[in-house]
Amino acid sequence: MTRPPARAVRIVTLYPEVMNVYADRGNLFAVQARCSRLGIGCEVLPIGIGDSLPVEADLVLIGGGQDREQRRIALDLLAKGPVLRDWADADTAMLAVCGGFQLFGDFYRTAQGEELPGVRVFDAITVTPAPGAPRCIGDVLADAAIPEVGELVGFENHGGRTYLGPRGVPLARVRYGYGNNGDDGTEGAVYHEAIGTYLHGSLLPKNPALLDRLSFAALRHRYGADATFESFRDEYAERAHHAAADVARSRGRRNV
Amino acid sequence: MTGIGFRERGALLAGRAAGEAARRLGRGGGTALPGLVAGTLAPRLIERFAAQLGYGAITVTGTNGKTTTSHLLTNTARAAGLQPLTNRSGSNLERGIASTFVDAATPAGTLPDASSRLGVFELDEAVWPLLLPRLKPRAAVFLNLFRDQLDRYGEVDSVAEGWERALAAYASPIALVLNVDDPSVALLGESARNEVVGFGIEDRGVALIEAEHASDARFCRCGATFRYDAVFMGHVGLWRCPGCARARTVPVVAARDVRLGADETRFTLCVGERGAEVAIPFAGLYSVYNALACAAGAHALGLPLEATVRALAESGPAFGRQERFEVDGRHVRLLLAKNPTGMNEVLRTLLANTEPLTLLALLNDGIQDGQDVSWIYDADIERIAGRVVTLIAGGDRADDMALRCALAGFEPVVAERDIERALDAAIARTPAGGRVEVMTTYTAMLAVRAILARRTGAQPYWEEQA
Ligand SMILES: [Zn+2]
Repeated sequence: MTRPPARAVRIVTLYPEVMNVYADRGNLFAVQARCSRLGIGCEVLPIGIGDSLPVEADLVLIGGGQDREQRRIALDLLAKGPVLRDWADADTAMLAVCGGFQLFGDFYRTAQGEELPGVRVFDAITVTPAPGAPRCIGDVLADAAIPEVGELVGFENHGGRTYLGPRGVPLARVRYGYGNNGDDGTEGAVYHEAIGTYLHGSLLPKNPALLDRLSFAALRHRYGADATFESFRDEYAERAHHAAADVARSRGRRNV
Repeated sequence: MTGIGFRERGALLAGRAAGEAARRLGRGGGTALPGLVAGTLAPRLIERFAAQLGYGAITVTGTNGKTTTSHLLTNTARAAGLQPLTNRSGSNLERGIASTFVDAATPAGTLPDASSRLGVFELDEAVWPLLLPRLKPRAAVFLNLFRDQLDRYGEVDSVAEGWERALAAYASPIALVLNVDDPSVALLGESARNEVVGFGIEDRGVALIEAEHASDARFCRCGATFRYDAVFMGHVGLWRCPGCARARTVPVVAARDVRLGADETRFTLCVGERGAEVAIPFAGLYSVYNALACAAGAHALGLPLEATVRALAESGPAFGRQERFEVDGRHVRLLLAKNPTGMNEVLRTLLANTEPLTLLALLNDGIQDGQDVSWIYDADIERIAGRVVTLIAGGDRADDMALRCALAGFEPVVAERDIERALDAAIARTPAGGRVEVMTTYTAMLAVRAILARRTGAQPYWEEQA
């Protein structure tokens, strides 16, 4: 018989059956592995359309989806908006990726001109240029605005262009890649412990500093602001990070 | 139409010269070059040659299984006494098709033995809509549609929409050979203007107990979520829609009583009222789908069932697909895995074997592999936990693969970007007589196969299918 760990953080994954097009569960794997090394368990609550949110959560994850999938979840997500905003204000850790990031802003306008309202955790809007405009696809190398996070590597694939509003704080500045919109050099958004980004799939596995930042925020939410946690070196993650950074430097779109 | 004009003839000669030169230089790129050169000089070349094919053409498209299915169909055509004309593995874009014609043509611009020729063309999913009106095939095989190379194709939905639009705009008769188990493919038969030959698996014994993570076609056109009475792989299975009347139909061409072995697969092939016992020298349920697609395509073309059964039993592997090599007394097998569902099927295939094994996982990030390697997180690598003895990661993104495997609980993972050194590491860690299974993306397969060919004297690839 396996006893449940004495300590556990609660992770809410939003619409994992629908919003997962770019391997976004890799981020959950990384958090689970990180917590497990600290001897802390993870209680993972998958929340689908029509499910109600639990009374509290330490970490919220939402991934990417095609327009069709975003349309499916938009109304349900909107209904959860007030709770999600309260959680964000109360320093729940969040990671909203790609399509999920778009719906965590004010609205997302699709290529067909349809406007999907978002939950407004981030002061950001997303618009899609007319059909036929190129998608933002490629390797990304960016410098996080959060000092301890440093360099971020990843891959982006999005049609929508996101613009931060006056209260919007970017997660990073893009060295290679498009980032939020391909124009202003910003990538993602930060609000309290919530992070939005276009870098999908294996973002947390190969950005161990960001993984620490997000995991520790979730752990502090559970165990109090004064709790401290040990950081580990992960050679697999470091090597994959450097490999991805080399690739972005050699073939990524250079940001001017 | 009996030949091609003066302009095409000049283009043809230029194309052949370019291909010859490339082959003499020992470059594999010789397969697409003649078509590229000739196609640029004479853009209507494909139409003119396709019209010469006495038995017309059949196309094969879909995410996984194109090369093997085309290979099996080619052998079936041959067993039926026809002279198949087929494009080489990996040359499934427009210029690859043009090259195939250019290479086969006489200098005068005619196809020899045109009256007994059947074109068997593997086509890239995104290119199929463009080539449909140009090749005017008698039949089109649609295998499946999985998430694959989203960095290249954009989104999965847009591929299916492209197929549908092309069919709606196409007025000539065509038989649609459809995998009824894959709803995104099966629904192509809805317009019913065309003859449909459905194929699928009729054996719940090979269904998965748990649904896989990489499931792509969850929603019906009516908006409801599909329900499954059995899942065979990804979103492929016995599906029905609770919101409308759409449901999987009973296939005309079916596999019953499927027995999956480590190296071969047996099943009863049913075509209408007729049945035949079949043993194919390939492992994995995906190999059954390829065999069924071949049988259904042959049925749509009116080829005799005996020819199909013979071809299925006697066909060796297609290029790089479950090809086997003996190296230093170890059995090395190539298993192509270029998207989550493909990788899941390879992993499931490995479970059929209970001997200890070494897994060499090669991950490249070229354009043909998909530059975005995050898809490896959608494959259930956890599935083989407790099975694999030794894991070596190789290729340009060996470090990403090693990290993925470490997160799946495999440690230590050796990571070696250089493919030859990774292969040597795998062989060195495998006892004599043991197996090295190479799970590999496309360009890494080309690289490792070239190394294996050099060491074992197998044919380099541009000499294949001569
Ligand atoms: Zn329906």
